[in-house]
Amino acid sequence: MAQPRTLFDKIWDSHVIAPAGEGTYLLYIDLHLCHEVTTPQAFEGLKLAGRKVRRPDATIAVADHNIPTSNRKAGIDEPESKLQVDTLERNVVEFGVPYIPIDSINQGIVHIIGPEMGLSQPGMTIVCGDSHTATHGALGALAFGIGTSEVEHVLATQTLIQAHAKNMLVEVNGTLGAGVSPKDVILAIIGKIGTAGGTGHVIEYGGSTFRSMSMEGRMTVCNMAIESGARAGLVAPDEITFEYVKGRSYAPKGAAWEQALAYWKTLPSDPGAHFDKKTSLDAGQIAPHITWGTNPEQTAPITSRVPDPAEIDDPLKRAAVERALQYMQLTPKTPLTEIPVQRVFIGSCTNSRIEDLRAAAAIARGRRVAEGVRAMVVPGSGLVKHQAEEEGLDRVFLEAGFEWREPGCSNCMSMNPDRAMNGERIASTSNRNFEGRQGPGAKTHLMGPAMAAAAAVTGRLADVRQLG
Amino acid sequence: MEKFTQLTGVAAPMPAINIDTDKIFPAIHLRTIKRTGLSKHLFEEIRFRPDGSENPDFVLNQGPYRQTRIIVAGDNFGCGSSREHAPWALTDFGIRCVIAPSFADIFYNNCFKNGLLPIALPQAEVDKLMDDAKKGANAVLTIDLDKQTISRPDGEIVHFDIDPFRKQCMLNGLDDIGLTEQKAADISTYEAKARTQRPWVFGMTEKAGA
Repeated sequence: MAQPRTLFDKIWDSHVIAPAGEGTYLLYIDLHLCHEVTTPQAFEGLKLAGRKVRRPDATIAVADHNIPTSNRKAGIDEPESKLQVDTLERNVVEFGVPYIPIDSINQGIVHIIGPEMGLSQPGMTIVCGDSHTATHGALGALAFGIGTSEVEHVLATQTLIQAHAKNMLVEVNGTLGAGVSPKDVILAIIGKIGTAGGTGHVIEYGGSTFRSMSMEGRMTVCNMAIESGARAGLVAPDEITFEYVKGRSYAPKGAAWEQALAYWKTLPSDPGAHFDKKTSLDAGQIAPHITWGTNPEQTAPITSRVPDPAEIDDPLKRAAVERALQYMQLTPKTPLTEIPVQRVFIGSCTNSRIEDLRAAAAIARGRRVAEGVRAMVVPGSGLVKHQAEEEGLDRVFLEAGFEWREPGCSNCMSMNPDRAMNGERIASTSNRNFEGRQGPGAKTHLMGPAMAAAAAVTGRLADVRQLG
Repeated sequence: MEKFTQLTGVAAPMPAINIDTDKIFPAIHLRTIKRTGLSKHLFEEIRFRPDGSENPDFVLNQGPYRQTRIIVAGDNFGCGSSREHAPWALTDFGIRCVIAPSFADIFYNNCFKNGLLPIALPQAEVDKLMDDAKKGANAVLTIDLDKQTISRPDGEIVHFDIDPFRKQCMLNGLDDIGLTEQKAADISTYEAKARTQRPWVFGMTEKAGA
């Protein structure tokens, strides 16, 4: 009887080429997603060494971080952004890498378009020079972010030298309450296990809550695996996964589909498979969450108050909370729903898919963005934008006073012109609330899309359940 | 890659936990196509005031710490994004070693590709080195990678663990890609097998629709 294996073990075992040294292995990579920010130095490295891209047919590139989200026909104004995108466009031609042009309807955030086009499939190894590559784990793929040297390594060899991560199981069981979204689930998980709770591990998200969660919801959850330190997060592939992949442009068809499906069904963790670490949450106990601090573990239910550092025993944690509150300009014990916002960002690889936009639109419908608030909706891809427009969501947002933008990474990390100014406070559906990430002095509160829409229409952090 | 054998230099104390890659190297400066000259943006938001002048409260702006070669930091150093610009900016400043109770995985990997040695030690050991690092001009540590030791200013030796494969690559300044290319036959064999087992993942991105 073979040793029971986890989903991660199975994908790992099927991709090991050879041992590379003590505890490290040469791992085969099935799909390499490239964007303009973390590849220029890698392509330059190839050029200097006279190397080629080994498998252009397993590589695809798109520009997403630097792309303006308005008046795209005017091109890119900011010279550094333009140079980075131009460099990618030159490199894909020189190295023969398939590229999705900026004016294509398929253009979008790399982690939105991979699953959307059917490129991301169960059982694959997927990498990208971007830590939010964990997103693709929602399909039951082993997907993780890598640095630029590793990007170069994959381009040249289609492999990576990796240490075997440990297995961690995060189980959530039960039904989510009304107004509670997958974003709340992952924020609650990170709040519980901390920003380093998954370091050295691959997390499998299991339990009935994930079994009944949509693919897009699972993507939101896996997207933020890295915010708990885990390079990869996974959900076992099931009928919801297969239904999602089926018929997408790059998905296998006909006999290949049947062959792939039979293989995918062997992937879920075996009963009794060993996890090095386990934790669990009760879905019924999860309220809508927001972050109040400057890292994603500094999270709390919207019904609570700003924490008081005086009540924290660990001196290092206390110092971190004090520093966070100072940066966020928050007073201990303030009810979270009394915190005003000046800006709202609905977008990013965490929450810019069609279900996210529907959830936000349901709150925006018939309401108005509060006075003094600038609210932006940035769809994750051209296809998401098109779908939303077919459904009339763009009208809902525009009539409520939101801006309806072109797809891209936008204000999540603000490499394009969508930047918070003068230390504005932002309700944001993105994934990181680090100091300065959304603009100089910007104060980020992370939350789900309906919660962000609620903040937009009330002008403060708000409990979406009160808006009905 | 530059070799790492021994290093003697000033260690700077950065006791904060969760020093993230946005703090080490702000996202806005990722708009570069180069990997050199990035130290000007290292820790930019805390190192400089909004008017561009130095923030005298920040450790790297203070006397001997301008020559910092080693950082002693809090837990989970380098968390956040995969940007290799973080180690590029650190090494460009002259920093070749970071000592902390733990590191984020991607940052940790990136360090080894750039001759930047990340040393993980138990909190109690880091606490001692943190005290050493607060000694200004006397905050000098010596790292010996081959022996896996840190010599404290008072002469005490602290041992550290490191993966033997990564250690050899660092000591010899080995290029990972060159090493992997020596396994070209293994890679080809794997590919041929995978093509029969999982044919649908081959040729994916070249299909129509891009």
